[in-house]
Amino acid sequence: MAAPLLKVDNLTVRFPTTEPVSRLSFEVGEGETLAIVGESGSGKSLTALALMQLLPRSAKIPNGRIEFAGRDLFGLDQKAMRNLRGREIAMIFQEPMTSLNPVLTIGRQITEVLTLHEGIRGKAARSRAIELLNLVRIPDPQRRIDDYPHQLSGGMRQRVMIAIAVACRPRLLIADEPTTALDVTIQAQVLDLLDTLRRELSMAVVLITHDLGVVAQWADKVVVMYAGRKVEQALPGALFRTPLHPYTRGLLAASPRLKTNLHYRDARLTEIPGSIVSAAGEKGCPFRPRCAVARDSCAHFVPDLVEVSEDRLVACPYSFIPEVAHGAAFGL
Amino acid sequence: MSTLTRIGRTFRRTAIQAVPTVLGIVVLNFFLLQLAPGDAADVMAGEAGSATVETMAALRQRFGLDNPLLVQLFNYLYNLAHFSLGFSPRYGMPVADLIGQRLPGTLLLMAVALTIAIALGLVLGSLMAVFSGRLPDRLLSVVSLLFYSIPGFWIGLMLIVLFSVKLGWLPSGGSGTIGSNLTGLAGLWDKVRYMILPALSLALFYVAIYARLTRAAMLEVQSQDYVRTAAAKGLSPTVITIRHVLRNALIPITTMAGMHVGGMLGGAVVVETVYSWPGLGRLAFEAVMGRDFTVLLGILLLSSLLVIVANATVDLLHAWLDPRIGVR
Repeated sequence: MAAPLLKVDNLTVRFPTTEPVSRLSFEVGEGETLAIVGESGSGKSLTALALMQLLPRSAKIPNGRIEFAGRDLFGLDQKAMRNLRGREIAMIFQEPMTSLNPVLTIGRQITEVLTLHEGIRGKAARSRAIELLNLVRIPDPQRRIDDYPHQLSGGMRQRVMIAIAVACRPRLLIADEPTTALDVTIQAQVLDLLDTLRRELSMAVVLITHDLGVVAQWADKVVVMYAGRKVEQALPGALFRTPLHPYTRGLLAASPRLKTNLHYRDARLTEIPGSIVSAAGEKGCPFRPRCAVARDSCAHFVPDLVEVSEDRLVACPYSFIPEVAHGAAFGL
Repeated sequence: MSTLTRIGRTFRRTAIQAVPTVLGIVVLNFFLLQLAPGDAADVMAGEAGSATVETMAALRQRFGLDNPLLVQLFNYLYNLAHFSLGFSPRYGMPVADLIGQRLPGTLLLMAVALTIAIALGLVLGSLMAVFSGRLPDRLLSVVSLLFYSIPGFWIGLMLIVLFSVKLGWLPSGGSGTIGSNLTGLAGLWDKVRYMILPALSLALFYVAIYARLTRAAMLEVQSQDYVRTAAAKGLSPTVITIRHVLRNALIPITTMAGMHVGGMLGGAVVVETVYSWPGLGRLAFEAVMGRDFTVLLGILLLSSLLVIVANATVDLLHAWLDPRIGVR
């Protein structure tokens, strides 16, 4: 297998009092879509910001290594990193409503990145920006290019964000919950667009989401995060067929699935008891306080990730025990 | 909608609102001034040392001060409707001419002071925001606090002591070297030398305000999502600050600057007195002392117009700076 495009190794992000990401490792191949799933507070967005090296100033990275296309990102100086941002690694954010500068036209915000990285100016930049708006399926781009962000809907703004992100044909696109703030019909359109662009421009995508439906449809590989750690990694099919980690099982049980024709009147969705806050200061497995199958030993050590089969890792030593694997605990 | 239409719309709205405002200000000021004891005739008689009842009556009759109050008001408004500001009993010349002589000096002083204040305030505030919480920020905070809390007349006097008396670099008062007849660059330099100290003493207080405002506004904008987007594009910190942060931060600053134009006119009275600067502020002061209400009304009318124009300018600036404004 060829060397992966992005290789994150033992990444830890630390704030003065907390450690929202700890010893996280994953790889993304060329043109591959990796989904990172987990609930709010599991460290997904900080991981994304760490990849861009846009963490807040108070955050420290005490150990870990991020390798992008053979280069060690932590070894690059500010200038080299800026040169990478927007050109080779691009990012789109969760909030399309606030992610665009309200006082500049969208055309200006698209051409800005073209001028910066490709030196395209004036008319050429403008026509390239119109092409990009066309690419992200914005109707009537010749007119729309002079609009200000407040004149566009949320879905349109996210398309503009995507246009900015793909303007320089990046090799890696980080999408941090790109559809969370949009309504459901628009979500599917935006994700479809992302997937099409991924194939057309052959970029790799790191898709951060808490929506398992999104994962099932668009990911090549899934990393499940809990409290800053990777608890399970699998191909989406396998993950949905046989979720191993109790947290993954809980997540799946808590999401409605169309196939089962489950209606809210027929049965209640289960929930994972407790909250992710309970992981703070936990000596053992961070999920222990909420885990239905926790044993005494879980309080003493953080379970290692174990390779169960090819492309399959799980961080729970009890996930192979039949009664656990059959999901008695969650009523699956 | 184009920027031009937006600006045009804002302008029309302001112009329509201005007429009743000005009228209200004139009427209100007229009655307020009547509350002050005495009139111009009293002061003139007092200064002359003595006057008979007949002289006083003659004086009052000449200037229309013997009419009933409402008639006086009507006369004033009648004059105003014919674009005349009336006649000053004390100076013996039309008020418009009197103001015309003094206005350029004050406007120049205010414009220079405001420019210094905004420019310096923006630079200091940006520096404070960039270094927020670190040493440069702390130092500049102390300096701006000093500027903010020291009264203008004291700064004026101290600047004179330092630059005129001790160092002898700059003149201590006036607005130009009398009888020098300098022209061209030398003449301009002469004017500038007389301008520096008064403009600076008027500006320093506002420098402090704008610096602190800029700092707060920029820190606020810096935490916005679109600034992170700009960073994700690979833009350098300088470009991000100037193109994405500063422009958004300018909106609250222009609001304040507009409000300060009126306040500066008040501050100009003090500074003009300290530096014997021949401006509107001193004229207003003299008019109050001389109970020369026609002059005073003229100045008040003019300053209210100035404030209205300043507000309109701020509105226009806003419409230009922020496309979301003026769409309603």
